Amino acid sequence: MTEPVLSVKNLIVDFPFHNTNFRAVNDISFDIMPGEVVGVVGESGAGKSMTGSAVIGLIERPGRITSGEILLKGQRIDNLPEADRAKLRGKRIGMVFQDPLTSLNPLYTIGRQLIETIRTHLPLSEEQARQRAIDLLTEAGIPKAADRIDAYPHQFSGGMRQRVVIALAIAAGPELIIADEPTSALDVSVQAQIIKVLKELCSNHGAAVMLITHDMGVIAQTADRMVVMHQGKIVETGTVGDIIRRPREPYTVKLINSIPTIASDRSGAPASAPANDDGAFVQIKGLVRDFELGGGSFTKVFKSKTEIFRAVSDVSFSIQKGKTYGLVGESGSGKSTCAKMIVGLIRPTEGKILVDGHDVWAGGAGERERRKRVQMIFQDPYASLNPRWRVADIIAEPMRTLGIATNKGEVEGRVADLLNKVRLDPSVMRKFPHEFSGGQRQRIAIARALSSQPEFIVCDEPTSALDVSVQAQVLDLMRALQDEFGLTYLLISHNLAVVRQMSSAVGVLHNGVLVESGPTDDIFDNPQADYTRMLLDAVPDISKVA
Amino acid sequence: MLAFVVRRLLQSVIVMLVVAFIAFLVFRYVGDPVTSMLGQDSTIADHEELRERLGLNQPFYIQFYHFVTNALQGQFGISYRLQQPVAKLIMERLPATIELALASATIALVGGVVMGIYTALRPRAFTSGVIMTASLIGVSLPTFLIGIGLIYVFAVELKVLPSFGRGTVTDIGWWRTGLLTESGLRSLILPAITLSLFQLTLIMRLVRAEMLEVLRTDYIRFARARGLSTRAINFGHALRNTMVPVITITGLQLGSVIAFAIITETVFQWPGVGSLFVNSVQVVDVPVMAAYLVFVALVFVVINLFVDILYFIVDPRLRDGVRSGK
Amino acid sequence: MTDLPHSPEQPVVAAKVSRWKMFLASDIFWSYRRSPVTILASIIALILVLMAVFAPLLAPYDPFNPATLNLMDGMTAPNTESYTGKYFAFGSDNQGRDVLSSIMYGSRVSLFVGFAATMFAMVMGVGLGLVAGYFGGLWDAFIMRVADVQLSFPAILIALLIFGVARGVIPANQQEGAAIWVLIFAIGLANWAQFARTVRGATMVERQKDYVAAARILGVNPFLILLRHVLPNVLGPVLVIGTIGLALAIIEEATLSYLGVGVPPTQPSLGTLIRIGQQFLFSGEWWILLFPAITLILLALSVNLLGDWLRDALNPKLR
Repeated sequence: MTEPVLSVKNLIVDFPFHNTNFRAVNDISFDIMPGEVVGVVGESGAGKSMTGSAVIGLIERPGRITSGEILLKGQRIDNLPEADRAKLRGKRIGMVFQDPLTSLNPLYTIGRQLIETIRTHLPLSEEQARQRAIDLLTEAGIPKAADRIDAYPHQFSGGMRQRVVIALAIAAGPELIIADEPTSALDVSVQAQIIKVLKELCSNHGAAVMLITHDMGVIAQTADRMVVMHQGKIVETGTVGDIIRRPREPYTVKLINSIPTIASDRSGAPASAPANDDGAFVQIKGLVRDFELGGGSFTKVFKSKTEIFRAVSDVSFSIQKGKTYGLVGESGSGKSTCAKMIVGLIRPTEGKILVDGHDVWAGGAGERERRKRVQMIFQDPYASLNPRWRVADIIAEPMRTLGIATNKGEVEGRVADLLNKVRLDPSVMRKFPHEFSGGQRQRIAIARALSSQPEFIVCDEPTSALDVSVQAQVLDLMRALQDEFGLTYLLISHNLAVVRQMSSAVGVLHNGVLVESGPTDDIFDNPQADYTRMLLDAVPDISKVA
Repeated sequence: MLAFVVRRLLQSVIVMLVVAFIAFLVFRYVGDPVTSMLGQDSTIADHEELRERLGLNQPFYIQFYHFVTNALQGQFGISYRLQQPVAKLIMERLPATIELALASATIALVGGVVMGIYTALRPRAFTSGVIMTASLIGVSLPTFLIGIGLIYVFAVELKVLPSFGRGTVTDIGWWRTGLLTESGLRSLILPAITLSLFQLTLIMRLVRAEMLEVLRTDYIRFARARGLSTRAINFGHALRNTMVPVITITGLQLGSVIAFAIITETVFQWPGVGSLFVNSVQVVDVPVMAAYLVFVALVFVVINLFVDILYFIVDPRLRDGVRSGK
Repeated sequence: MTDLPHSPEQPVVAAKVSRWKMFLASDIFWSYRRSPVTILASIIALILVLMAVFAPLLAPYDPFNPATLNLMDGMTAPNTESYTGKYFAFGSDNQGRDVLSSIMYGSRVSLFVGFAATMFAMVMGVGLGLVAGYFGGLWDAFIMRVADVQLSFPAILIALLIFGVARGVIPANQQEGAAIWVLIFAIGLANWAQFARTVRGATMVERQKDYVAAARILGVNPFLILLRHVLPNVLGPVLVIGTIGLALAIIEEATLSYLGVGVPPTQPSLGTLIRIGQQFLFSGEWWILLFPAITLILLALSVNLLGDWLRDALNPKLR
């Protein structure tokens, strides 16, 4: 029996606050064997990141390890003095953070940061360290590493920077790498490559990986074993295949069931859309949006020519009444710009948007029609509700502004009704948004959208800020409301699985161009465009369990 | 780099023109220059003759053009109060102000940066608490009270330092310096400390705030996770990032030392440009006020230009024309 | 669809909690109670303000009524009986004026100018900051460039200049009556930029938030959006700057009066009293200077401490 690289025994991490004590990690124990990839999965607040911080010894004040042991190759490390712990970091335990854009010091070249790290831990000369740095970068998939080593972080893309971060973490040859959401800030297509680099580099250098993530799909494709955490405790431990196929604990069962998958059979799947476009409720025709690049208005006075960036280029599609059209794309694909043009926030450079036959950008009349018919649900429920307003006022604003209801009693009655519709107790209308959880806030946002009695709702990433179990509830609610009110949805998401679950037709946006559009099943089962195929291949999904 | 400097220069010229325009408006329309120059017992003919001679009957833009061309040659007219050319008055007093400003800027910069770093790195130390409390008292103390307090302690009670003037001065060409004699240096101590305290507090609080901010960033956390030494993290990584924003504000603060000298010079009867300005405001000596405004703006613009170029050297993102670090 | 369960997240129960109870339970109040320095500062500030507001009722003498002044009472040391048998707790000045009463009336002038100038700066700065941050474009470039240039000069210089210009513009016979308003105008105009810059920054952040987009989608009037949506959300930092700005304005007023360009001598403020007191520094009548100076320091320091605490309390990240 080999000795585990990392052994955590009965670990408890506490955050004492002024009147309460928050137990972030509650009596957990697990082992990681040499060369093994162990996924630690859980929803936000599960204590998974805190476990990683505890292992590497970087818990921030006022948090502290209350009890338990952490052993590295059988040697206890949690009670070492800070100076000795610092020597372990980088040398024996490496760490990769979530956001590659902020993980590197912007003022130093990546070479300098690598060499500094290498020479801190290994007895190498400047020259040798530089050579090792170049080798590591090459191994991490940075092309022409010898030339690019003297470049600054801002000269690399996000994915490239994360490769540099991984190279830095592995630079001194640690036995264990803790990767905390290493791909969550990246696009799907980049995500897959980074996971591959992480796995390869670690196996080449014989490092075990503790992979912390909320994304069960990433774990499914990457890890050997997994640890499921919930509210600071370990719920279930086992091999990835066992847990995903045969979860035992009720929490794990619920969690796995609420994860949408691009392959799952779609219970209550919307029927495929008929091909007839002319009678469609929403018609988008040749939509184009250009942005001028560079400079504030002050510098424009001095500069005559400005660069034009085409964010949305000739996008056309249509949505049948009562149906959902899913628009997918990675960041920068122009999907949010499309949404903003449709709801009237930014003016299209060219093209037409017809809702129920009315051109929404055609002067005052078109605008009035748009306000009556179109509403929007936003991504971040923390930013979409004015924190200084009471729930009743937030929900009442659309009906008051549009004059649907003006007298106080009537407004209150309608608000109560809307809260019932989104499964919230009407008595919450006296409260402020900060008193609610993310999922509840999104329900309030939906109630506000319904308040103006719209027929068409643009949903811009409505669930991407939510945990998976909450996401499933919000999606259920949206479906139920669609049936009840005959709503038409435009669902914008980077999450292919959510789109497959919800929509009857799908469009794929890439660099502002709609590369493919058609009935959902056709696109997912038989993609035509190369980009769509690549995207479907890259997406981590629990159905792809290794 | 060159394009950047040229653009900055151009902007500086625009700022100077705007300030010159304000100075011109003050110069031309505040009070009646003719009455001010001729006094009460003069004839209407005298008035008309002087108006013609001063060019006050010419169109507005011609007058502004003359004002700018004169200003470029250092001509700001005659002081109503002292009946001497303004340029001469300012040049006579400039060395006193510059020596005072440089001395206190040095104190403020060195003291502020060192204490700022210290309090950021040891936020829980007793000394840090003392420094932070003292700094809060420092910003709440009006400069003139600090000056009076220092005079009372060191000049009235202890009688170790002079309470006013520059002491013995030496002429080097047109530059009259107080740095070469013992009495000159002793005279400089109290005013320099008084003038530096406010800036010192500001710089210290700024350095501390920025440093704390930087210490919370992901790249510092990542540097710690790579096992770099505390020394390398604090002084290699954190300090340099702290300096980027600090340079701007500090530069501007040092520029305003010259203007802040108004109060200190009054308290210590220091024969500098600031006290000249205060005396001019009291009697509405418009040409001096206008000239002083242009002078301070020039100092500000020059310092601003240096700060921008320095910024450029420190931050590689700017060299590539990247707008944000994200 | 009726069989869909209520949200299984934490149950939402309507709590009928009064605003006062919410305040007592809030983090802000908690941090106030925990900071003895802040409690002390607020008590001192309150005493000084009450003392100034009710000076006509509280002051033992009326320092501006020449009929009650007696030169024989001049230069009485603190806590001693004067030549004519009057009692001056803080002593008297060369004209026989009670220093304590002068301080009470002087604080009144200082606080009035400070408050009025800060309000003026706040209204102007917040208004321009909201417009610049929300509408952007040329307005933003113009307003912020002016603010930047102005911020790089010390407020005291700007105030001096404005004061000097106003003196030249206002006819001589009206100068004395107008002086206090000119002072308020000058200090206010010298301090607006700080408000504008902060509010603009906060507005640009809020403007990007989706609750503003939601209102825009409905076609709510932009000025109503600014007033009802954005303004309430940028008031936190305004409150902090306003408090610290009040301390600054009080110091600026004192400085201007000390330099002899502030309020007229018939309405002495704390700065004027210090200016007068300095003349007697070398001759040993320290009380004429010391007591007004201490009052000014206590006033500025306590307001500054409150502002500092407010900043920490409203910005938990820095705690």
